Amino acid sequence: MTTTGKIVAVSGNMISVAFDGAVAQNEVGYAILGEKRLMAEIVRVRSSVCDMQVFDATSELMVGDKVEFSGEMLVAELGPGLLTQVYDGLQNPLAELAEEAAKISKDASFFLQRGIYLPGLPRDKKWDWHPTAKVGDKVTAGDILGWVTEGIFDNKSMPGHKIMVPFSFRGTYTVQGLAAEGEYTVTDDIATLLSSESKEVKVQMLQRWPVKVPVSCFSERLAPTETLETTIRTIDTFFPVAVGGTYCIPGPFGAGKTVLQQTTAKNAKVDIVISAACGERAGEVVETLKEFPEITDPRTGQSLMKRTIIICNTSSMPVASREASVYTAVTLAEYFRQQGLNVLVLADSTSRWAQAMRELSGRLEEIPGEEAFPAYLESRIAAFYERAGRVRLRNGSIGSITIGGTVSPAGGNFDEPVTQATLKVVGGFHGLSRARSDARRYPAIDPLDSWSKYNSVIEQERVEKARAILRKGSEIGQMMKVVGEEGTSLEDFAVYLKAEFLDAVYLQQNAFSDFDASTPVERQKTMFTVVERALEADYAFTTKDELRKFIMELQQAFIDWNDKSFDSEEFSLGRDALMAKIANASKED
Amino acid sequence: MFNNKIYHKIDALSGSIATLRAEGVKYNEIAEIESRAGTSLAQVIKLDGNNVTLQIFAGARGVDTAAKVRFLGETMKIPFSEALLGRAFTGSGIPRDGGPEISEDPSPIGQPSVNPAKRIMPKEMVRTNIPMIDLFNSLVKSQKLPIFAKAGEPYNDLLARIALQADSDVIVIGGMGLKYDEYLKFRDTLDRSGALAKTVMFVHTAADPTVECMLVPDISLAVAEKFALKGKDVLVLLTDMTSFADAMKEIAITMEQIPSNRGYPGDLYSQLASRYEKAVDFDGAGSITILAVTTMPGDDVTHPVPDNTGYITEGQFYLKNGRIEPFGSLSRLKQQVNKSTREDHRTVMDAMIKLYAQFKEALEKQSMGFRMSAWDQKLLSYGDEFEKAMMDLSVNIPLEEALDLGWKILASNFAKDEVGIPSKLLEKFWPAE
Repeated sequence: MTTTGKIVAVSGNMISVAFDGAVAQNEVGYAILGEKRLMAEIVRVRSSVCDMQVFDATSELMVGDKVEFSGEMLVAELGPGLLTQVYDGLQNPLAELAEEAAKISKDASFFLQRGIYLPGLPRDKKWDWHPTAKVGDKVTAGDILGWVTEGIFDNKSMPGHKIMVPFSFRGTYTVQGLAAEGEYTVTDDIATLLSSESKEVKVQMLQRWPVKVPVSCFSERLAPTETLETTIRTIDTFFPVAVGGTYCIPGPFGAGKTVLQQTTAKNAKVDIVISAACGERAGEVVETLKEFPEITDPRTGQSLMKRTIIICNTSSMPVASREASVYTAVTLAEYFRQQGLNVLVLADSTSRWAQAMRELSGRLEEIPGEEAFPAYLESRIAAFYERAGRVRLRNGSIGSITIGGTVSPAGGNFDEPVTQATLKVVGGFHGLSRARSDARRYPAIDPLDSWSKYNSVIEQERVEKARAILRKGSEIGQMMKVVGEEGTSLEDFAVYLKAEFLDAVYLQQNAFSDFDASTPVERQKTMFTVVERALEADYAFTTKDELRKFIMELQQAFIDWNDKSFDSEEFSLGRDALMAKIANASKED
Repeated sequence: MFNNKIYHKIDALSGSIATLRAEGVKYNEIAEIESRAGTSLAQVIKLDGNNVTLQIFAGARGVDTAAKVRFLGETMKIPFSEALLGRAFTGSGIPRDGGPEISEDPSPIGQPSVNPAKRIMPKEMVRTNIPMIDLFNSLVKSQKLPIFAKAGEPYNDLLARIALQADSDVIVIGGMGLKYDEYLKFRDTLDRSGALAKTVMFVHTAADPTVECMLVPDISLAVAEKFALKGKDVLVLLTDMTSFADAMKEIAITMEQIPSNRGYPGDLYSQLASRYEKAVDFDGAGSITILAVTTMPGDDVTHPVPDNTGYITEGQFYLKNGRIEPFGSLSRLKQQVNKSTREDHRTVMDAMIKLYAQFKEALEKQSMGFRMSAWDQKLLSYGDEFEKAMMDLSVNIPLEEALDLGWKILASNFAKDEVGIPSKLLEKFWPAE
C-alpha cells in the first residue's frame, strides 16, 4: 500500500504535494509526468501538504499531477561493482545513462534526459562468491559472510571484496544456509539468516542504505594518529592529514584547488578514493575520466581507476542531486570502511553543496542566516565531516574514512559562513592564497596561515623551527619593500633568503612534472634533513651579493638533485655534496 | 492536451510579473497576453493552487487587469533552420532586422545538461591572431572564457575581432543590455568582413524589456547547441553577462525571493553555470566555445558576478587600459594545446612573463625612488617594448610571427644568458646580430 498525493504548487525545483496516508521526512516520491517519473525528496511536511525537492527539471508539471511515494528514503546501492564507476549525485551510472538516452535518439544521447534512473550496480554481471561464514554462526549487521573478487580486490595482494550482513539488519541472526562457491549476480540469494524471532531472511550481495544516515556497525571510534601520506611535501611535512581525519582547502578561483585534489587522488596512500565533483566544471571531471584509466597505481601495478569511484554532479546538473551527491559519496566510503579499508573522500566543492542547501532553504522561505545560508548550515557541515573517522570493526580490523573538502569562498575571502563553519570542525586547514598562485608558487597552500592538528612525518619541533624561519623571512620581506635591500642587515637578509630557499625547493612542488609530482615520505625525510641544514647554517659571507649568489647556486644544485631517483647512487652522492657545500660556506666554530 | 481557455482577469501586477487564476496550466508553459499595451508572450514561473504567476516578456507596463491571457500548452521554443544565419532577433526571438519570421523546427530552450560521459577532452587551439591570447593564454575549442573588464574598456571591439578572426563554422552573438549603436557596430563590422552570413544575433538592447535580457543566453545557446549537434563548430559570444545577472536580480527581487549577496539571488552560481556549461566538445558531433563579457562594477573582481563567473569558467581574460593583462589572465586549458604548436612556445611564454614580472618590480622600485641598477634599466626598456609591440590590442599577427617577435624583443634588450632559456632553444631561435 503506497501513499499517493497530488501536486498543489510548483516553484523552481520545489513542489508542494497534498497527500493522503503517511509520509516520512526525506522520503522519496515520484511526480508522474506522462510517461516520465521525476524523482523527488520530502524536505518539509506541514499537516497534509509536504514540500519536495525534485531531482530533475520541473517544466510541464501541473497542479493536480499525481505523486507516488516510495516509502523509502534516498538510498545508495552497495555491493560489488561500485569501483571504477562514474555516477551522478543519485548514483546513476553516467555511461549507461547515455546508452539509455540513445534509445530516444542520437541527439538525445548527449544529454542527461530527465526521468531516467538506473540501478547503481550492474544486475547482469556475475561475481565469484566465496563464503567464509559457517552455518550456525551468530552474526549482526556488518559482519562478513564471504567475499568476491573485484578488480584489485582479488584476495591476493589485496583482500577480496567482502560481502556483509546488510547494515540495516537489527539484532542478532543465525546463519542458516550459505550459497555454494560459484558465480552469482548481486541480486541472487547468497545466504539465509534466521532472526532471533525465528524469521527466515534471504541475503543478497546488494544492499541498500539511506545516504543521509551514517553507518555505525563498528565497535569503537579511534583517534586519527597516523599520517596519511599524500606525497605532497607541504602537506605531509607542514600541514599533515591523518588517516581518518578531516581537512579543508579553501581558496579563490584559479588558486589550484582542483589540481591539488586531483594530485591527491592520484598519489595518496589509501585503498580507495571516492571523488565527489560537486557542482564544479564538467571539463575537469572529463580530465579525470580520461586520465585515470591510463595511470598506473604504484601500489597495485594496475590502473588507478580500479581504486576510484567518481560521483559527478557538475554545476549545470540539477541542484537537488548536487545536495545529495556528497552524501552518496560518503555512504559508499562507509561501505568500504566496513571492510577494513582506508578510504579517502575528496569533495570538490563543499561550497556548491552549501549553496544547494541555500537554494533549497530559499525556496522553502525559511528565515535566512548569514549571507542567506540556512541556520542549520553549520550543523550540516559538522555532521558531514563527522562521518569521517578511523574505526575498529567488530572483527578487530581497522578501517577509516578521511574527508578532504575544498571550499570556494565568495571573493576569495575566508571570512564567510561556509569557510568558517568548516574550520570549526576539521583537523587541517590548507588555505590557498591568491598571492602565491599569482606568483606561480604551487601548491599555493599559504605556509603562514594554514594549520593542522595532526602528526607530521617529521618531528614537530623540527617543523616548527622551519616555520619560524618562514614567518620571520616573510616579515623581513615586507620590511624590505619599505626600507629597500640597503636598509636591511646582513643577518636579516640571510633569514629572508633562507625562507625563500625553503619555499623554492621544498614547499613548491610541480604537479605536472614526472619526478616532482609525488615525493614519498622517506624521500621527504631526506630532503628535509638537507633543507634543515641549509636553514641552520651560519654562513660566512660578508656581502649580500655573495650570500644571494650562494643561495641561488644551492637552490639550483638542490633542484638538480631532486630529479634523481631515490635508490640511485647519484641521489646519496648528491645529498653528501649538498651537505658539504653548506658546510664549506659556513663559519667555522 | 491543449488548454484553449482564455482568461480575462489578472489579479496582480508587479514589475514584469502578473498573477491570475487559471487551471490546467503547466509549469514553464508559455502564454500569450493581449492587452492595451499590445501582445506579448509570457512564461509561467510559479504555480500555487490555482494561482499562476507569469513573467511577461515585454514587461507589465500598460498591461491591464482585463487583459486576454491564452496558454499555449508548451514551453519556450525557438525555431531552428539554416535561415537563421545572417539574421538578427530580439531576446524573445522576434526579427529585429525587418526580415521574415522563421518558424521551422521549433526546439525547446534550456535543455538538460550534457552528460559528462559524452564530452571529449578539449585539444584544439582556436587561433585569434591576438598575441596576448594565442601566445600567452591560448583559447581552446569548447572552452568557456569570460573577459573581465570595467565599463568603458573596448571589450565589444575585442569580441568582434575574435569573432572575425577565429575559425568557426557558425557565430552566435547574444547581446544583453547593449546600447543600440553597439548592436549596429557589431552588425556592420561583421557585414563588412562577410562574416555576417555565418552569424545569428539575438540582441536585447538597453531599451528592451528586462525579461528578454534573461532569455538571450538560453536562446543563443539553444541555437548553438542545434548547430553543434549537426557537427558545426560554434562560437558563442555573450555580452554582457553582468546585465543578464542584473536582470535575474530584478526578477528575483520582484518575486520577493531572499537575496544572498548584494541583492543577487542565492542561485546565481547555478544559473550562470547552467549557461556556461553549455560549452562542450561533443563526442561524435560539433562543439560550442563560449566567450563572454563580464563587466566588473567598480573594477571589483570580488563583485558577485565576476566572482561566481571565475569559479565556473576555464580561466579569464582581464582587459585593462585597453590591453589584456598578462597577470590574472588565465586560460586553464592552454596546457592542452601549447605543447604541440611550436617547440619554443611554452619557453617563450614563460620567459617573457617572468621578465615582465621583474619589470613590474623594477617599475615599483623606480617609483619608490630606489637606485636603478643596469639590470633594472634593461628591464624597464624591455617592459616598454613588450607593452608597445606585443600587448597592444591592435597587434594582429599569427602565433608563429608573435613567437619570432618575442625572440626579437628579448634579443634587443638582453644578452643570451640573461633570459633563463635552455641553450638548445637559444641556439635555434636566438636572432642573429
